Amino acid sequence: MLNSTAVQPNMYRYDEFDRKFVGERVEQFAYQVERRLKGELTEDQFKPLRLMNGLYLQLHAYMLRIAVPYGTLSSRQVRKLAHIARTYDKNFGHFTTRTNMQFNWIRLIDVPAIQRELASVEMHCIQTSGNCVRNTTADQFAGATDEEIEDPRPLAEIIRQWSSLHPEFVFLARKFKIAVGACKKDRAAMQWHDMAVQVVKNQEGRTGYLVMAGGGMGRTPYIAHVMKEFVEREDILAYLEAVLRVYNQDSRRDNIHKQRIKILINTIGPEEMRRRVEREFQELKKMGTLTLPKAELDRIAAYFAPPAFETGLPDTIPDAGPDFANWVKTNVNRHKAPGYAIATITLKTPGQVPGDATAEQMEAIADIMDEFSVGEVRVTHEQNLVLPHVRKKDLPAIHARLKALDFAAPNAGLITDIIACPGLDYCDLANARSIPIAQKIAKRFENLDRQHEIGELKIKISGCINACGHHHAGHIGILGVDKKGVEFYQLLLGGSGAEDSAIGTIMGPGFGEHEIADAVERVVGLYLKERKDGERFLDTYRRIGMEPFKNVAYQEQLYAAYTG
Amino acid sequence: MTAAMPAPTLQVLTANRLRDGAVLYRKGEGWVLTLAEADIYADKASADAALATATAELVRNLFVAPYLFEVRRQDDRVVPVKEREIIRAAGPTTYLYTGKQAGQFPPDPALEGPFQTSVTDA
Amino acid sequence: MPLIRVEGGKARIATDSFVAVADDAALPEGAVTVSLARFQKERDQLLARNTPIGVKLQSSENPELLGDDVNRLSLVVLEFPKFRDGRAFSWARMLRTRLGFTGEIRAVGDFLYDQVNYQRRVGFSAWEVREHFTVEMFERAFHEMTNVYQPSTDGRKTIRELRAER
Repeated sequence: MLNSTAVQPNMYRYDEFDRKFVGERVEQFAYQVERRLKGELTEDQFKPLRLMNGLYLQLHAYMLRIAVPYGTLSSRQVRKLAHIARTYDKNFGHFTTRTNMQFNWIRLIDVPAIQRELASVEMHCIQTSGNCVRNTTADQFAGATDEEIEDPRPLAEIIRQWSSLHPEFVFLARKFKIAVGACKKDRAAMQWHDMAVQVVKNQEGRTGYLVMAGGGMGRTPYIAHVMKEFVEREDILAYLEAVLRVYNQDSRRDNIHKQRIKILINTIGPEEMRRRVEREFQELKKMGTLTLPKAELDRIAAYFAPPAFETGLPDTIPDAGPDFANWVKTNVNRHKAPGYAIATITLKTPGQVPGDATAEQMEAIADIMDEFSVGEVRVTHEQNLVLPHVRKKDLPAIHARLKALDFAAPNAGLITDIIACPGLDYCDLANARSIPIAQKIAKRFENLDRQHEIGELKIKISGCINACGHHHAGHIGILGVDKKGVEFYQLLLGGSGAEDSAIGTIMGPGFGEHEIADAVERVVGLYLKERKDGERFLDTYRRIGMEPFKNVAYQEQLYAAYTG
Repeated sequence: MTAAMPAPTLQVLTANRLRDGAVLYRKGEGWVLTLAEADIYADKASADAALATATAELVRNLFVAPYLFEVRRQDDRVVPVKEREIIRAAGPTTYLYTGKQAGQFPPDPALEGPFQTSVTDA
Repeated sequence: MPLIRVEGGKARIATDSFVAVADDAALPEGAVTVSLARFQKERDQLLARNTPIGVKLQSSENPELLGDDVNRLSLVVLEFPKFRDGRAFSWARMLRTRLGFTGEIRAVGDFLYDQVNYQRRVGFSAWEVREHFTVEMFERAFHEMTNVYQPSTDGRKTIRELRAER
């Protein structure tokens, strides 16, 4: 139901073709569900079909993953998600590390109805799982930051359409995740993706795209390789299709753990990969069917035009007390328009489940979006939200409203801003729980002065080697393992998901559930002791290496317990 | 003089209800929602037989993914050996008002006893 | 096994005039289908027969291995060993585009009703089906999605082209 005060942000709007497409997809899946319930499809046959419509069977129930294309939501969409949480789930939802929304208590028999409801607000679950091209994610500050060459989201929308039910690529060897960005600063973890596109300028000052491929988390983490330094705007779809084609043709199909594109590129080498892709690309260019006309790029970009910014606004952030000042320190970023700011809503109050929001909280956020942020919010891969266009003078009021929701933790990027996958509490694949560990560590470090003393420190927790918590990219990464039926946690240090992407190094044997927070404290303590001026944790680690941290993490008695 | 016999492996058969994913435990020829009511197989032969029967019943399209897991007796209770099955039997440790611990899933008469036959049965 | 072919834009039951011949079996008269390995070994004899030839490719076999002979073939059979193995989608597309193959591309093996439309889009023109597949099911599969976003070998207008025509 349309809220009468809902503000419609500048974002892609479906036309009759998009609406029909999503509508028919919903009915296609409804028919698949019907055939499954009747037994005309076995579970083995149904599984890939339901995955390509976002439906997993987890520990307790079905989990439905809803696409949030390039992390952008309107208030109307947020209210619909709240409605779904309330009507079909247990009144809450989870924002994921791929900026999607997950519901954990879904019934198979309700999914067609849920998807029809989503379609009514231009949302869908298409290809949010399965061995196909997944949701394309983007920098959460897109369209608001002055650091970008241009807003990368029009490109992400073009990629979304091109990859939706692409007939050649719906049965890839494995999942395929794409990210886009347009800054030197990487807020979308591009180098960790199967493929990423960065908007760049060439020597002549012409805007085009740098394409990289072969990044990935999981069992064998890899950082992406550059595939092509500069692709002309009109050629980008041809190039992306060339990469996908080489991957689909040449990837192994005999060992599920070796079927991501990162493995292919590592096996044949980036040079050979580039050669194969270039051959496909040149053919596609000649065919011309994938040429992206400037008119089309401009047409899509027009949907994402910046809102009409007010002029003559005060360009200073008001004084509104120490709590507010603390929040501004970490959660407010510079906006390209004078008088405006970017505000981060951290869903990370110490003790809360990272990334979760109740239906009531979602509706309250929708109200905040309408009143203060032109009806728009972004989801980040760090399980937070962003209000992209807020007036500086409104920041105190926004902060007060967030505080009432318990979403005003002044900790964006600090040690308590932890990423955690759902883990063994929900996930069929997990070996250990991750959420309680995140809660424990966050509570341990909740003293704000201490958090500021520590500075930027990104902790990322995964409940298994599939790495949905991105532990390989954590400054401190934590990997849950099963050691003879008991949950144990390995520490990794030195990972990064930013423009200085790096794979974390495993420290050694794991720590028990009741020891891991202590181990993290010892590691952090050593950093505070050893750091030189201005060094973040990551910088100190890079300077002094693993050894000093390892020595302090494992005290005599603990080490003996694991080697005995 | 004989050495003490090792405790026999106790197993329970579990599956998920097709229409809503609810965790099920085998009891007799049907399924129940709580582990406490489930049949416990004291030897490999009876456990394997139960799994085989359930596998053959997949064509009824009422449940999916049956498998066996280990339990042990603790006082007067039956407790899963693996953490995963403890959580599966109770619910997430994050929100105690969700899952089986909160009585979330309704029972299903069609699953409790011998299955109803229907025209679509092979 | 029954054969369904797309002719004149519609799915029809068809008769299979090709005989699939094992690697070590004698070649009968008339149209035959052989494995890639056999074709590579007995190419000259096969081509000299002047009867239609089909080659069956496994999912790991790139059609470029047929070399210039591809357009001497009337039929290429692409196998789906498991429906999850989607390589044949690219092989069919390659046959139609890079290799310019205009003969029949036939899907055999383990594929789902739900893949049939994608197969058609990338250039398959025939399917060896298990009994429960019907022509009605194929027609339904072809029409579940009215429009497409991306171009493929079927030459269908994309949504972008339809938008421009409005």
